[in-house]
Amino acid sequence: MSEVDLSVNLGGIKMNNPVTVASGTFGYGREYADLVDITQLGAVTVKGIRLEPWGGNDLPRHVEVPGGMVNAIGLQGPGVDGFVNEYMPFLLEKGVPVIVNIWGTSLEEYAEVAARLSDVEGICGLELNISCPNVKEGGNAFGTDPKTVAKLVASVRAATKLPLMPKLAPNVSDIKPFVRAAQESGADAISLINTIPAMVIDIESRTPVLSNKVGGLSGSAIHPVAVKLVWEAAQAATVPILAMGGIVAAEQAIEFMIAGATSVAVGTANFIDPSTSIAVINGIQDYLERHEMKSATELTGSIILNK
Amino acid sequence: MFDFLCKVKEHPHVTDDYMLIQLHAGKLAEQARPGQFVHIRIPGLEKTSLRRPFSIYNSEDGILSILYKAVGRGTEVMQSLQPDSELQVIGPLGNGFPLDGSGEPLLVAGGYGVAPLYFLATRLNRKGVLLVGGRTAEDILAIDKFKELGWRVVVATNDGSMGEKGFVTVPLLRELESCKAAGKEVEMFSCGPDAMLKAVGEMAIKSNSKAWLSLDKHMVCGVGACLACVQKLHKPDGSTWIGRVCSDGPIFEAGEIVW
Ligand SMILES: Cc1cc2nc3c(=O)[nH]c(=O)nc-3n(C[C@H](O)[C@H](O)[C@H](O)COP(=O)(O)OP(=O)(O)OC[C@H]3O[C@@H](n4cnc5c(N)ncnc54)[C@H](O)[C@@H]3O)c2cc1C
Ligand SMILES: Cc1cc2nc3c(=O)[nH]c(=O)nc-3n(C[C@H](O)[C@H](O)[C@H](O)COP(=O)(O)O)c2cc1C
Ligand code: FES
Repeated sequence: MSEVDLSVNLGGIKMNNPVTVASGTFGYGREYADLVDITQLGAVTVKGIRLEPWGGNDLPRHVEVPGGMVNAIGLQGPGVDGFVNEYMPFLLEKGVPVIVNIWGTSLEEYAEVAARLSDVEGICGLELNISCPNVKEGGNAFGTDPKTVAKLVASVRAATKLPLMPKLAPNVSDIKPFVRAAQESGADAISLINTIPAMVIDIESRTPVLSNKVGGLSGSAIHPVAVKLVWEAAQAATVPILAMGGIVAAEQAIEFMIAGATSVAVGTANFIDPSTSIAVINGIQDYLERHEMKSATELTGSIILNK
Repeated sequence: MFDFLCKVKEHPHVTDDYMLIQLHAGKLAEQARPGQFVHIRIPGLEKTSLRRPFSIYNSEDGILSILYKAVGRGTEVMQSLQPDSELQVIGPLGNGFPLDGSGEPLLVAGGYGVAPLYFLATRLNRKGVLLVGGRTAEDILAIDKFKELGWRVVVATNDGSMGEKGFVTVPLLRELESCKAAGKEVEMFSCGPDAMLKAVGEMAIKSNSKAWLSLDKHMVCGVGACLACVQKLHKPDGSTWIGRVCSDGPIFEAGEIVW
């Protein structure tokens, strides 16, 4: 067995390895449980939920584009009770740490969702989705002004002791004020990036392909954008970073960690090859061994700028 | 459900447009039930391309076959796959048709919709009628195979180039009426374009029979995780819910669907 220590502490979320799955790309874990040994993951991050069940957008909700896809699912979900009753028992039985992605249309709703999830066994952290481009209220509306981010994080902070991790929007001119606002208001970690606002038009009918007209771009295509944002966020961050955006293999995950990420999440790639997350874990381990590093944490922020 | 690396056995054309791809699929093939589908990563497309869903046309002795037509980027590349090339296949997926019903089975197919219905015909414990529709004779597939199994086949084409001219729902109505006159119960199974499924569903509801409809929605994950393929459905208590065609379906009873 190797001596490499893959474990990380993502702002109080203790992970056996740095790899989780990105919210919305892995359901609630059990959908992929036949294909992926989810107990091997550092954590399972589930699809975004709000207080009550939510229906999401009309179809079409996605379209394939070179290097990825554009989606406008619209945060369909079972609400807090539906999630806790229908989906948590399976995850609890698996014993894998669970990160719940939450959203709302008001500060109060975010806080109430957080409070209601606080005492649920098995949940080890909350990712605050303040950056979804696909719902009219909530989501991105809270993520594009640092003052709003500060207020939101503070009010959720007051409602729960669980590790809190706001998920930042990529479509801002400078990410650092958002990082500072979040951590000064009590965030334990930062997660980025969410999908990048995008649009696809059918040129024959001259109509938008998605029923929501616009959506969010994910997949390989966004990876270099995400690396730059993670690198910039790391310069302002005093808390750990969970990085995602276009990971298809260990190389992109390692790149994120070198840029400053403590943990990484595999998103769109799950749809194409469900074994990606496990391959990323193994690839990180191989890399650490090859570079004679003793722990995954050594990789975090190890970027060399002046050669 | 498995993610299985399958080797192509044979890959012949069955008409100018349609090809039959046969895959060595081991336990995936063994577990496949009629109405289920597979989600294929097409080699030759960029590695970041999404998978494509295809109904299971047949499964015998570890060989799984798919009957398909080139309609776009992925299926065009797929057509050039040679025997012995390998592809990643997730399956079997979805709920499948119920096999334990009763009544005269009427299968109603449009285009490649004949694919899951053929697999069904090989596994049902009773024989009945296949009603198949298409634009032209070119779209009418696999009817000899149904005849070999002892099924009666009725064809309708829009241009009259094969069978009777018009929509397949016309002979379907006739079959329904003759079953009714004979006091026979019927159970319908259908796969094809939405407009056809909707018409079949309406006829089933009117005639108080069951119709199992296989829906076709664009998919991303194929396993129920992404919520790209949803369909609004009735619950028995009259309320509605949003199901996933890939994992709650693709087969729904006509009365469940909110069109
Ligand atoms: C449950 C199910 C069973 C199917 N069974 C068969 C079958 O037995 N034989 C057959 O020929 N075809 C079948 N299809 C349709 C088949 O999936 C599409 O023809 C195929 O995805 C087209 O891919 P493309 O890259 O050639 O087309 P493109 O138009 O280039 O594809 C672009 C995107 O749209 C999706 N897409 C396009 N058309 C369809 C469609 N009709 N249904 C779903 N997704 C689509 C593609 O998957 C891809 O993500 C089935 C679809 C579903 C949902
Ligand atoms: C279909 C789909 C659904 C998503 N749903 C959510 C969600 O519910 N909450 C959220 O915070 N992010 C959601 N995301 C964003 C992803 O978690 C991730 O941030 C983004 O896709 C970038 O990573 P990737 O390029 O590896 O996919 C979703 C992405 C996709 C593709
Ligand atoms: S395709 Fe992902 S839920 Fe159906």
